[in-house]
Amino acid sequence: MENIREQKEHKIVEEKITITIDGRDYKVPKGICVLEAAQMVNIEIPNLCYLKDINEVGTCRVCVVEIEGSRTLQAACVYPVREGLNIRTNTARVRRARKTAVKLLLSEHHRECTTCKRNLNCELQNVADNLGIRNIPFTGERKDDMFYDNNPAIERDYNKCINCRRCMAICNKIQECYVYSPLNRGLNTLISPAFKKDLNEVTCITCGQCVIACPTASLTEKEHIQEVWNAISDPDKHVVVQTAPSIQVTMGEPFGMPIGSFVAGKLVAALKRIGFDRVFATDVTADLTIMEETSELIERLLHFPEKLPLLSSCCPGWVKFAEHFYPEFLPHLSTTKSPHEMCGALSKTWYAKKYGIDPGKIVNVGIMPCTAKKYEAARPEMESDGYRNVDYILTTRELSRMIREVGLDFPNLPDEEYDEPFDQYSGAGMIFGATGGLFEAVLRTAHKLLTGEEMPVPGYEDNHVESGLKFGKVTLADKTLRIAIAHGTGNAKKALERFKNGEQKIDYMEVMACPGGCVGGGGQPILGSRDHKYISLDYRHNRADALFNIERGKKIRRSHENPRIKQIYEEFLGEPLSAISKKYLHTSYIPRGQHPYLEQEPLYKGYNEIN
Amino acid sequence: MNLQPLRTKEDLQQLRDKTYETISLRIKDTNVEKEINKYHILICAGTGCTSSQSHKVRKKFEEETRKRKLTDKVKFFKTGCFGFCKLGPIIVVHPDKTFYTKVKLENVDEIIDQHIEKGQVVEKLLYKSLKTNELQKTMNDVDFFHGQNRIALRNCGVINPEDINEYIAMDGYQALAEILTKKIAPKDIIETIKKSGLRGRGGGGFPTGKKWEIAASYEGDKKFVLCNADEGDPGAFMDRSILEGDPHSVIEAMIIAGYCINAHQGYIYVRAEYPIAVERLEIAIDQAKKAGLLGNNILDSAFNFDLDIRLGAGAFVCGEETALIKSVMGFRGEPNPRPPYPAEAGLWEQPTLNNNVETFANIPIILRKGPEWYSSIGTDDSKGTKVFALAGQITNTGLIEVPMGTTLRTIIYEIGGGISDGNELKAIQTGGPSGGCIPADLIDTEIDFKSLTDIGSMMGSGGMIVMDQSDCMIDICRFYLDFAQDESCGKCTPCRVGTKRLLEILKNISNGNGEMEDLETLEKLCHDIKDASLCGLGQTAPNPILSTLKYFRDEYIAHIKEKRCPAGVCNGLLQVVISDEKCVACGICARVCPVNAITGENKKPPFHIHQDVCIKCGACIPKCPVDAIYKR
Repeated sequence: MENIREQKEHKIVEEKITITIDGRDYKVPKGICVLEAAQMVNIEIPNLCYLKDINEVGTCRVCVVEIEGSRTLQAACVYPVREGLNIRTNTARVRRARKTAVKLLLSEHHRECTTCKRNLNCELQNVADNLGIRNIPFTGERKDDMFYDNNPAIERDYNKCINCRRCMAICNKIQECYVYSPLNRGLNTLISPAFKKDLNEVTCITCGQCVIACPTASLTEKEHIQEVWNAISDPDKHVVVQTAPSIQVTMGEPFGMPIGSFVAGKLVAALKRIGFDRVFATDVTADLTIMEETSELIERLLHFPEKLPLLSSCCPGWVKFAEHFYPEFLPHLSTTKSPHEMCGALSKTWYAKKYGIDPGKIVNVGIMPCTAKKYEAARPEMESDGYRNVDYILTTRELSRMIREVGLDFPNLPDEEYDEPFDQYSGAGMIFGATGGLFEAVLRTAHKLLTGEEMPVPGYEDNHVESGLKFGKVTLADKTLRIAIAHGTGNAKKALERFKNGEQKIDYMEVMACPGGCVGGGGQPILGSRDHKYISLDYRHNRADALFNIERGKKIRRSHENPRIKQIYEEFLGEPLSAISKKYLHTSYIPRGQHPYLEQEPLYKGYNEIN
Repeated sequence: MNLQPLRTKEDLQQLRDKTYETISLRIKDTNVEKEINKYHILICAGTGCTSSQSHKVRKKFEEETRKRKLTDKVKFFKTGCFGFCKLGPIIVVHPDKTFYTKVKLENVDEIIDQHIEKGQVVEKLLYKSLKTNELQKTMNDVDFFHGQNRIALRNCGVINPEDINEYIAMDGYQALAEILTKKIAPKDIIETIKKSGLRGRGGGGFPTGKKWEIAASYEGDKKFVLCNADEGDPGAFMDRSILEGDPHSVIEAMIIAGYCINAHQGYIYVRAEYPIAVERLEIAIDQAKKAGLLGNNILDSAFNFDLDIRLGAGAFVCGEETALIKSVMGFRGEPNPRPPYPAEAGLWEQPTLNNNVETFANIPIILRKGPEWYSSIGTDDSKGTKVFALAGQITNTGLIEVPMGTTLRTIIYEIGGGISDGNELKAIQTGGPSGGCIPADLIDTEIDFKSLTDIGSMMGSGGMIVMDQSDCMIDICRFYLDFAQDESCGKCTPCRVGTKRLLEILKNISNGNGEMEDLETLEKLCHDIKDASLCGLGQTAPNPILSTLKYFRDEYIAHIKEKRCPAGVCNGLLQVVISDEKCVACGICARVCPVNAITGENKKPPFHIHQDVCIKCGACIPKCPVDAIYKR
């Protein structure tokens, strides 16, 4: 079966128009903006707030150009091209206005570049350098709006915010969590949660898409590097590290390797050199997740049809989204823990016993493409026999900082193997990292469990509806499974709303909170340097393609064929959904409400009493 | 009020004729010599006169007449703003058109005793000309109204704005009825407006007819007509006065606009700080609905149009049309980049026509009297009249409506009565925070859209602030930049940060910490903010600085080089001092000082002000019994 992924939407633009840029005539497609048109003809107009298809608002005013007939300069990112448009991108007036805009931004920016998390990877830094800004003539008020980090995943440094509103756009338009909005006016304007609450007090799902979108270090992951170093340095601790499937194709990016390079072997080599005692592949427990979740699907399909649709639960961002916005669907969420939590649970139980290690001394560190995993690892219920399943989560960005700190030449490291017993994994576990991958993996195993036969390419009708959300039908034995695949919680919301209205029947839905799935996760490398300044959704496809291509070459492509999975069931769990499985590999959910901070401190007591 | 739905133009005509009978005594020239047995007393119920208790005066009049059983002889009516707000509350007694100013509660008995019962004018309440010292009895006699031509304000001070019948009596809704019964093609109406030369009165001056034409040319599922009544310039209140005095003229124009562009829903976006205007609008909309002039099948023409009010929370930026649209939709009022213009994609992405209150108020009378009549008034560049709000150091503050092309001299010295306290004119600020300061030597400028722009200011919505030697231009700029920074929505960088930086540089200069190179920085930054800002607020916010740098550069230099504020306004450059000779050492100043900066021994002059402690609040100055304390 081929990958069930959306086809990249190509805007088929037949019509071309002629415009003049800096005295030269060009033919460009109709319907694009001046900035895009200039890019097509190799003129890079500097910009800060622009994110194609996500944030097209013209707030930073760095991309201004002269347009004939227009009294003032115009922002190229929002000015549509039209026939005969005469644009000048390089005049004294334009250059000066651009510089002034950046100087003004810098005049209120807390410039701590050398100690900043985004040093050398900062779009503001690059634009300032490109424009040759050497002095800032304005010496006015620089506000101190503080630093907010009262949550396990994301830090907000208001003093580095340039009010570009990208975070707000991606949160509102793509994720539909509506966390950010503008507060106050004038220089006091802040892009922040209502009442400047911390992210843990609002409906933030900690997906980290805002972190990816942020051009500066105003939004960053919460670093746990020092804690991990401490554990590694402690001779008493047995530090195991697990690597998520998707990061095998992204870890090369911070080191200048092409997007989509497969670097699993180098990753293991680097982690061993950093000093971890064991390096595990989360892919193995991804196989386990597939086994458990598929069994749950089949159980519900055969015996509890009222509990359909089954909604996937391996994405902590999506789980939190459901807890905030769709509490009525919580019984439909699969109770299966996500792969890294399973790995954590098994490392402190089965693995500890098998290898005779005191579980209290085991430190489980996850390298994840995800900020929500930091939050998930901190959920109180994620414990096994009194030990935290996973102790620390590092994003790919933090790991790359550790690799740089040690001084490893990552691209030239040899390929090394994962450590037993979490070393062998199927292709199904691997493609977990991209949208549609989980569903495909579940399907392969479901077919076997239902029919007893290995799966041929199933009859899958690709009812392509829209980007990021697909509906389809799959026939398994005598059952027809109506499925939905959504990435980006906004798309999940659409699917659930359609289900609620009765417009669409769904039996199984895979949701990945981030566009593109884990390959587009909020903990993936940020490419803010000159060569890679776009976080458009496109490059997520390149990463995903790499995963799917490598998977095709794997010998074992079905989770239930993975010998390690067989071993774990034989030695420890018994069978999927067994009592031990339920104890260690399954979890529960709680409704969190859409106004968490109101529920903590009830402001309207009378109102609650009336209801 | 018992209103029957009007079905035809004839119904409207009948109603007009009937009501005209009753209000004719306010309009016709009546022979006053004859004994009068019926009086109409119009009492200004605009915000200005209401603040000076005109509503209490009206109540007392009504009580008194009831007591004296004069209710058949005298009738009282609320009416709109006369414009002479300085001398409010204003009442006009018809039919003899006696114009009384500053009518207090205690004058009520006098007026009834003398004027109503005996037919004698109460002379002490008449306006006394500043030039000739003569008493001026009727509105037309009063100097303030000479040179004025009230077109947009035509019904203010004539009709009761809370009675649709009175608007109809003044030929209201005739233009609409004509259009709907004769089914005049929208393009012909638009052509008429184009021919009239009417330009948008909100500030931009875009030709209204062209705007309507563009809005009509776009197709949409549901189109909208918007009225911008979010008047935000400090000191400006022309839109408020129109809405308070003649709301139906705006409603009629909006229905016509809806007919022209094929829209069936309109919204009036009005500031919540205008409670009287909102109330009058609500009454007017309600009455228009009851009279069948709003809603479905207006005058049996199959044309539907509905109107709702949307309240603004007072953000200046919401006067910008795209921000206004956002606010109407319930979002934070922030401008959007244009294109697309609202005419293409406005309210809920639908084609939307947005005009200012004053623009709309001109439409019905243009359609009734014809474009030639309207275009005969004004200059080549700008036709018709413009309402200005006169404020500052001028004798007659208030609202005036003058033909385009009137000189600033006429406005200030003829209508405005000159500079208060006989001081010398220094500058005129027009266009509010977006405008500039015009120096006294340009006083013979004939004002229209173009001439004002040419001299570095702008028409704006019509604020006009007159300044004399006691006004410091740097301080004025500081005020406007403070306003701009406060009201900046914070969306785009140049306006959010840039206006703050301008303000900071100005503050530095006014505190005596300025340097000559600051002027260059100011000027450059001003141009860049103008060039690169997202909306009109940012694009015009530097205008006060640029115009004062052009005309009053000396004053900047005095602040910077001589560390001196010529007008004696900038506190940072002033000291409050006690004259050693005059001081009698009474100790009163030391007691009122909030920061204990004044020390001395009682009865042993002189007292001293410690300059490092003094906050220059000036509280001591008026308290000194011998005027020994002064600023220098």
